[in-house]
Order: sequence, then structure tokens, then C-alpha cells
Amino acid sequence: MIKKLKFLIVLFFTFLCVFSFAEQHDLKNNGESSPQKDIRTEVKDFVNHHLQDTHDFHLTKGLSFPLPVILWDNGLQIFSSSQFDHGKAVATHNGNHYKIYHGKIYKTDLGGKITYNQNKHVTNEKPLDFSITKNVSFILIVSFLMMWVFSRMAKSYRSNPIPKGFGRFLEPIVLYVRDDIAIPNIGKKYYKRYMSFLLTVFFFIWIINLFGLTPLGVNVTNNIAVTFSLAIITYLITTFTANKHYWKHIFWMPGVPVPMKLILAPIELLGTIIKPFSLMIRLYANITAGHVVLMSIIGLMFIFKNWIGSSLSFGLAFAIALLELLVAALQAYIFTMLSALYFGSAVEEHHDH
Amino acid sequence: METMDIEVAKVLFKALGAGLVVIGAGLGIGKIGGSAMEAIARQPEATGKIQTAMLIAAALIEGIGFAALFAV
Repeated sequence: MIKKLKFLIVLFFTFLCVFSFAEQHDLKNNGESSPQKDIRTEVKDFVNHHLQDTHDFHLTKGLSFPLPVILWDNGLQIFSSSQFDHGKAVATHNGNHYKIYHGKIYKTDLGGKITYNQNKHVTNEKPLDFSITKNVSFILIVSFLMMWVFSRMAKSYRSNPIPKGFGRFLEPIVLYVRDDIAIPNIGKKYYKRYMSFLLTVFFFIWIINLFGLTPLGVNVTNNIAVTFSLAIITYLITTFTANKHYWKHIFWMPGVPVPMKLILAPIELLGTIIKPFSLMIRLYANITAGHVVLMSIIGLMFIFKNWIGSSLSFGLAFAIALLELLVAALQAYIFTMLSALYFGSAVEEHHDH
Repeated sequence: METMDIEVAKVLFKALGAGLVVIGAGLGIGKIGGSAMEAIARQPEATGKIQTAMLIAAALIEGIGFAALFAV
């Protein structure tokens, strides 16, 4: 009983320091800007800034390092993003001038002029942007981390069937993915082909969601392009490993009269696209909404400048952060489970209805 | 003044739409939670399977809810 209490207190204080870190960043941001700026727009700008993908790794006001910018603009232009100076300066490289505006790189002239058309959209030319931004670098870091941890674990199985150390935490999870996600949905005959993808996507989404909750400011699954690519891979795997019965069920559903078959075919075809689309939207919206709510409530701490309001907002932010931990794991589980479900329907054998 | 009213009406209806989406999602998940609890009360040894199925259904409904909310 006492041990459990101690554990909970330690947990509370660990997360306490997390929030003090974020508070410091925010305070420095507030102190730097002009005094006329309303604190609500401050908070809104902070939230929007955190949701975007930046071209440099910016931890606190003093500590940040630039990431390489790789553009394709009649030839490969590679330069460091320190030339952008956090979005203030115009970078010049090989005679072309670039400026960052709202997180995107546009081609401009020496003065850094951004032209707008009638709908307030920017009309400057945009070069193709392949640069290593914060999100890309983080995806690479997490993939290397996963490869290292899991290859070490796999090698340790050669000498000893019982893992030691961190493998003891990972083995029940891997077995859970196999026994409770893969086998019930895909069936004992074909599940091995899909196991590597399911494990990868489960751990990838879980680890990245967890990292999104830290004050590092990395939020990979906040980006709809990342979740889109994960969903596209699921869609491609279901399409290319499906057997004849899957396609038969889509285009010519057995057991219904012919007019119904003709009506059902386009609906089922649309259904194959909508299912991965909903995977993408579900992951993106859950994580983004969670982050926006959390950061808004932390910003609320600064809008209430008295003791009661700020401490209550902090308590609420703490509770919501705990919920976000649950959501991180849950979304990874749901994505994996639904992918396994779609794979299972693709390789289902024929049985009489 | 005319366009101002239209803008206000747009925002109001957007908010109304978002509220309706949340009501729909809340009702759906509430119903699932309720029947899951009844099922667990009837047969406590099937708690694991029922919880799993409940989470899956809740995530699907939440997916639609979020998609509609983002469209709004």
C-alpha cells in the first residue's frame, strides 16, 4: 500500500517537471514579444506553432540546431536552414532567394516579398521541398531506435529462450500482437506474412505518440501526411495480397439478386478506399485534438494570472495528459487491429454463407 | 451589415453542426458502454473479450465523429 503510494507520488513528480519545462518555453516566448500583444493571441500562436513542422530543431530559446534544407528547383539545392534564422531572414543559395512563410518555403526576391492573390493565398512559386525537417528527422531517429532495440532482442533469442532486461517488457507485447490481434483476425494459416508490418506499425505509432507528449515539440502523427502514408501502406498490402474471393465479394457479391449486385459494386469499391481513409483520419484527429486541448489548457494557466485559476488549470492539464497517454497506446492498438481486420478479410477462404 | 450577418450565421451553424456531431458520438459510445457493462454483469468471465470489442466499436464511432468534426 505504501509502495503503491510512493510510486504514484514519483509518477506525479515526473510529470510535474515535464510541465515546468513547457512553462519555461512559454514564458520566454511571452517575455520576448511586444507588450501590446494580447495574451490570447500569444497562446493561439504558440499552439499553432507547435502543431507545424519546422525546418530546425528548436528545443528552448537558446538551444536549437538547424536541419538541412533540400530543395528541388531546377537542380538540387542543399543548404542549412540556419540561413533562415528562424524564419526571419531570406536565404540565398545559387542566386535563388527563399523565405519561410507559415512553415513553407517560397521562392522570392532579395527583399523577401510575398505576393498574395485575391483570396489571401500566396502566389509565390514553391520549389519541391525534400528537406529533412523536424518530423522527418524524428521518423528516422525512431526507426533506427526500433531497429536497434528489436534486432538486439532477436539476436538474444539465439542463445537464450528467456529474454533479459528490456526484452522482458517487449516480449509479452509482441506475443499479444500475435495472439490477440493477428491470429484471431487473419487466421492461423496466413498470419505470419503480415506480422512484421503489424508489429512495426504498432510500435511505431505508440512510440511516436508517446514522444509527442514530451516537451521536445515533436509531433509526427500530428501531420496528416504521415498518417496518410501509413494508411496507404495498409491499403496497398490489402489490395496486392487479396485473393479471388475478396475481389469477388466486392464486384460480384454472391448470394444477392443481380440488380443488387450492380448497386453494391461501386459502394463496395468506395468502401475499400474509405476504410484506410478512416484509419488515417482517426489517428490524425485523435492525436491532434488531444494536443490542441492540452496546449490550450496549459495556455489557460497564463491567462488566469491568479493562484486558484492557474493551479486548477494545471490539475486539469495533468489529468488530460494522463488521458493522452492512454489515447497514445489505444490509437496504436486500434490502428493495428483494424489493419489486421482488413488483411483478414483479404485472405479469407471461401466458406458457404 | 448584410455580409456581417451571413458571417455570424455561418459561424453559428458551424458550431451547431459540431455540437450535433458530438451528441451523436456521445450517444453511440454511451449505448455501447452500457450494453458492455450489462454483458459483463451477466458473465464476468468474458470481461476481456467484451472490453476488447467495446474498445473497437468505440474507436470506430470516434473515428467518424472526428472526421465529421474536422470537416465542420
